[in-house]
Amino acid sequence: MDLHYTDAQEAFRAEARGWLEAHAPAPRSLPSLDTAEGFEAHRAWEAELAADRWSVVSWPEEYGGRGVGILEWLVFEEEYWRAQAPLRVSQNGVFLLAPTMFEFGTDAQKARFLPPMASATEIWCQGWSEPDAGSDLAGIRSRARRSDTEGGWVLSGQKTWASRGAFAEWCFGLFRSDPEAERHRGLTYFLVDMATPGVTVRPIPQIDGETGFAELFFEDVFVPDDLVLGEVGKGWNVAMATAGSERGLSLRSPARYSRAADRLVDLYAETMAADPNRAQRSADAVARAWMDAEAYRLNTLWTATRVLDGGSVGPEASANKIHWSETDLAIHRAALDLLGPAAELHGDGVDAPWLDGYLFALAGPIYAGTNEIQRNVVAERMLGLPRG
Amino acid sequence: MHFAFTDQQLEFRDAVRQVLAKECTTDDVRAAYDAPAARTARWATLAELGVTGLTVPEDLGGLGLGLVDLVPLVEEAGRVALPEPLGTTVGIAAPLLVDLSAGGSGVPTTPLLTGIAAGALTVAVADARWPGAPVAGADGAEFLLLVDDGPDGPGLHALDGSATTVTPASSLDPTRRLGIPEWAPSADTLLVAGEAARAAIAVTADRAAVTTGAELLGLADTMIALTADYARDRQQFGKAIGSFQAVKHLLAGAQVLLEFARPVVYGAAWALDTRQADAPRAASVAKAYASDAALEAARVALQVHGAIGYTWECDVHLFLKRTWALAEAWGSAGDHRARLLDSLLAGR
Repeated sequence: MDLHYTDAQEAFRAEARGWLEAHAPAPRSLPSLDTAEGFEAHRAWEAELAADRWSVVSWPEEYGGRGVGILEWLVFEEEYWRAQAPLRVSQNGVFLLAPTMFEFGTDAQKARFLPPMASATEIWCQGWSEPDAGSDLAGIRSRARRSDTEGGWVLSGQKTWASRGAFAEWCFGLFRSDPEAERHRGLTYFLVDMATPGVTVRPIPQIDGETGFAELFFEDVFVPDDLVLGEVGKGWNVAMATAGSERGLSLRSPARYSRAADRLVDLYAETMAADPNRAQRSADAVARAWMDAEAYRLNTLWTATRVLDGGSVGPEASANKIHWSETDLAIHRAALDLLGPAAELHGDGVDAPWLDGYLFALAGPIYAGTNEIQRNVVAERMLGLPRG
Repeated sequence: MHFAFTDQQLEFRDAVRQVLAKECTTDDVRAAYDAPAARTARWATLAELGVTGLTVPEDLGGLGLGLVDLVPLVEEAGRVALPEPLGTTVGIAAPLLVDLSAGGSGVPTTPLLTGIAAGALTVAVADARWPGAPVAGADGAEFLLLVDDGPDGPGLHALDGSATTVTPASSLDPTRRLGIPEWAPSADTLLVAGEAARAAIAVTADRAAVTTGAELLGLADTMIALTADYARDRQQFGKAIGSFQAVKHLLAGAQVLLEFARPVVYGAAWALDTRQADAPRAASVAKAYASDAALEAARVALQVHGAIGYTWECDVHLFLKRTWALAEAWGSAGDHRARLLDSLLAGR
């Protein structure tokens, strides 16, 4: 057992730190990525990252990465969050679709889609949920039927809660290609150009007022055969790989929470200086939140080692998702309690990031499969309890 | 970075698991309730396997290994609610004695360490934070390591158990063998004083937190497993109660806490073995996490079993009681969170 990074990994850290110190914009200097202006500002930042091969370090070099391993990726993420660099506008693509494409994509798909994903020239959104299929994802009704005239499919139906859907160029989505098959078997995973005729986007203002997600309407949208990811009718399996990334290792690196937890302790120290009695009432919550972030860091290193040794991540990804989403909430809830009357102040104030972070964290137990669904997965697949 | 046990460590764990599955059934734990003893035939078996001497230097008959090697074995002890004091003797007392001998304190540690390795004696260690409180394992231990808070700072003392009057104190879990030693600190009992004692007491508390945390992991694992078995089996409303989400979510919540407590305890053992600067912090996170995970597993185990879990007949209570005792031993989750926060603030 050894929890030290190697000298080579530390050298990689130093290189990343040096680059980020020279290039990262000042913390919170970009407008929100859920606005049109902010979306483009974040895209420009990712292009700068990509130009020096920092946007997707763990990918092979031919697609814009550095070909480093998962531990180096974790080191890079630590530095990224240390630098308080901008949120990743390309996260649906690089953290969710890309791992799935590496597993299921054809060489032509990888060559076509990965480089512009790495440079944020093309940004992706996720078309999974529907008005009547949320937690019950296998109940989706949006259809894909064979095109009569050309080699391809015609999509119709409605998707919703597509994060970054208001501005994205591409969408990865699940459609029902065989209405006769058992409901998990009749699905196919499509890559859809949002500029295709028949795609309509209706942005949805979120709880913070910004259009972070959107409804997507598909009216006879033609998609050629080479934009099917994985096999026709095997969309559920392909989607579960994406969901594994979303819940497991790749979407939420521990550095995100470690940095927030450290800032929470800073806030506690500041509150102690100003109003010790009130601060002390939050002492246990602050310590708990810090511990939760530390446990997440250690669990990630434990899991990463298992993966490097040839193991895999199964239903543990669901336990992981429950933990990171609840940790994020615990950190931000504790911070708002420390802020007291200042907690509700919205906008550009110095403490406003805590409120923004709290609003973001509130979505965590809902997206990527609600935590209630994750608890079912843990109970059924880790503990062998019968399906209901 | 390779955060995993070696194959050898896992093989040793599996060997101990096999032995304990045979030699420490719940009937055996019940027998220990009726006649608690420090050293038993089972303890002798563990000594033969090398378990009792795991942390004792090789030239004294041990294996000369560390907490990382020990933690999976203590987890196994927790899994079967082992009545004998494996964690205390091998995880807490022996490393302390090794430190004292290395520090040139002049303490005659050799006979104690060889005795521990041979399975010939057990040692109880007092928690310095609770002077005068009953000491776990003191009733029947051959040696006692006690602490006094003198005018010149703390002193660490050793007493011969056979020459000391120990008044038993009744625990909810009789295998804890609580006792209150009658003693007065003297030059004869003193091992070390001053700074050396302070350092020894501090690192002992950290090792105790991690070792106790490991035992709690094993207890939590068994409580969840017993309860999942019961939920698969027990029928109400015409189906297994484990098919109801209300029951599933209780068990899943406990399982998630346990999943995250494991690496925290393992990482703290590594931090102590390799003397990392933040080892005390890691030890506090470990004990707090393991205590919370095991207490939640205990709560869920009792609730899901319902009335049968509240009976003496059902085995669940054997694990609940050990959990409730160990959750408080060497600092509660709240104690350790307070200590952690102090440490985080001191670093600012």
